[in-house]
Amino acid sequence: MPEKVLMKGNEAIAEAAILAGCRHYFGYPITPQTEVAAYMSKRMPKIGGTFLQAESEIAAINMVYGVASTGKRAMTSSSSPGIALKCEGISYLAGADLPALIVNVQRGGPGLGGIQPSQSDYFLATRGPGHGDFHVLVLAPASVQEMADLTFKAFELADKYRMPAMLLADGTMGQMMEPVVLPAPAEHFIEKPWAVTGTECKRPHNIANSLFLLPEVLERMNFERFERYARVEEEEPMWESFLMEDAEICLVSFGITARVSRNAIVQARKEGLKAGMIRPKTLWPFPKKPLLEAAGKVKSFISVELSMGQMREDVELAVRCQKPVYLCNRTGGMIPTPEEVLQSIRKANEEGG
Amino acid sequence: MADNTNYEILIAGFGGQGLLFSGKVLAYAGLLEGRELSWLPSYGPEMRGGTANCNVILSDTPVGSPIVENPNVLMVMNGPSLDKYESAVTPGGMIFVDSSLISRKVMRDDVTVFYVPSTQMANEKGLSGLANMILLGALVYKTGCVKEETLAEALKKVIPARKAQLFDANMSALALGKEYVQA
Repeated sequence: MPEKVLMKGNEAIAEAAILAGCRHYFGYPITPQTEVAAYMSKRMPKIGGTFLQAESEIAAINMVYGVASTGKRAMTSSSSPGIALKCEGISYLAGADLPALIVNVQRGGPGLGGIQPSQSDYFLATRGPGHGDFHVLVLAPASVQEMADLTFKAFELADKYRMPAMLLADGTMGQMMEPVVLPAPAEHFIEKPWAVTGTECKRPHNIANSLFLLPEVLERMNFERFERYARVEEEEPMWESFLMEDAEICLVSFGITARVSRNAIVQARKEGLKAGMIRPKTLWPFPKKPLLEAAGKVKSFISVELSMGQMREDVELAVRCQKPVYLCNRTGGMIPTPEEVLQSIRKANEEGG
Repeated sequence: MADNTNYEILIAGFGGQGLLFSGKVLAYAGLLEGRELSWLPSYGPEMRGGTANCNVILSDTPVGSPIVENPNVLMVMNGPSLDKYESAVTPGGMIFVDSSLISRKVMRDDVTVFYVPSTQMANEKGLSGLANMILLGALVYKTGCVKEETLAEALKKVIPARKAQLFDANMSALALGKEYVQA
């Protein structure tokens, strides 16, 4: 059996990226994700990779663009205000159909905000972080194990669909340590005939570009890109159900709040309240199908999140407003206690559906 | 203790007292014993001279929230931390107090309290900076949250190779704490 090791979430991201074949990391320090960069600075030189602390977040994301266009796996990591700076480059990556990983270990906002855990970049991540019509894959780990597994998965999905992926974690996930079994090193990589690697005078030039001045051409590219997105929405949503078989109240939560919700649900069950949870592991594509199915069975939903209700809108859309979707939230770096979530379950139970 | 397989441990004091380190040793011991566990530090400016804490959960079932709201074991190394967390301890829980740094007594009568003058002991025994490990030695002996043998193994893992010479001093500190509460 593979060995379990004890790692911080941020370190698990870094090691899993290396195991996924990423040899190029570009970053700029910011709490609470700096351990990703620190880890990469130690490991990359030993394995012939690149660790580069750029002069800014914008420089780092454009370095990622450069490596991604050669078909190599590349990544950057930051936290909320730093991710906002990277958005220009993420849009360019999407416009050039380049795969890459962007890690966002979220902290409270808006503005410089605070440094404690948050999930308030939900809109930023799921609506396309940057200008123009596009999406990025958004994966939401809820344990150190998933910090590793979903980092690995993000690289695979990004390559498969030629689009950037964002790992949307939070300060708690980044800072905590848990036992983790690291994935086996990636062995199979898909062909990238589009990569800019030198033609050797044997084929036409490949160009990594997001500038298309002819509107007919740009429109066609956007239409085609969204056909690909439709496939992603059909095939790639990931979620975990917890005690949903007989649930009357369905909590929807990801990351640290899903962990807190789990405690609250266990407690609620002891009180005879039939609560369960659908925990999205991908936020884009959002797991609409299981939520819509649940809408036919449960009385109500509760969106438990560290924002002013950003995910709640997606839950309402997914269940087509068939059932009430209540909100249990904290923000600014605060995290609800299991007791607070339990209160909202009790309240939802009284209000019915 | 009401439930002697699930430990929700809160370790708190000043930044620089090695609180995160002692939590890490416990977490590693849990890993070596194949337990379910989590370790969550406070982070940010409070670590630099202010109060710092870490949450360690050792359990036989998967850990839900890694945040310890109501510890059944509290280890405190400064007054503000005792003031802040005393009331959060579950009834029947245990509190380990560095009584050389905290002059007041615990006011609750539904918890078991161990006063260990660990900072003073560390200074007297030439183990300066290891008061955290003295208190941890007392904690592990009284709670039995991990086995003493695995604690030693865990120490080997947590102490970086370049500081390997500190292993014996750490072991002495753990033993001192144990002896103090045994007496």
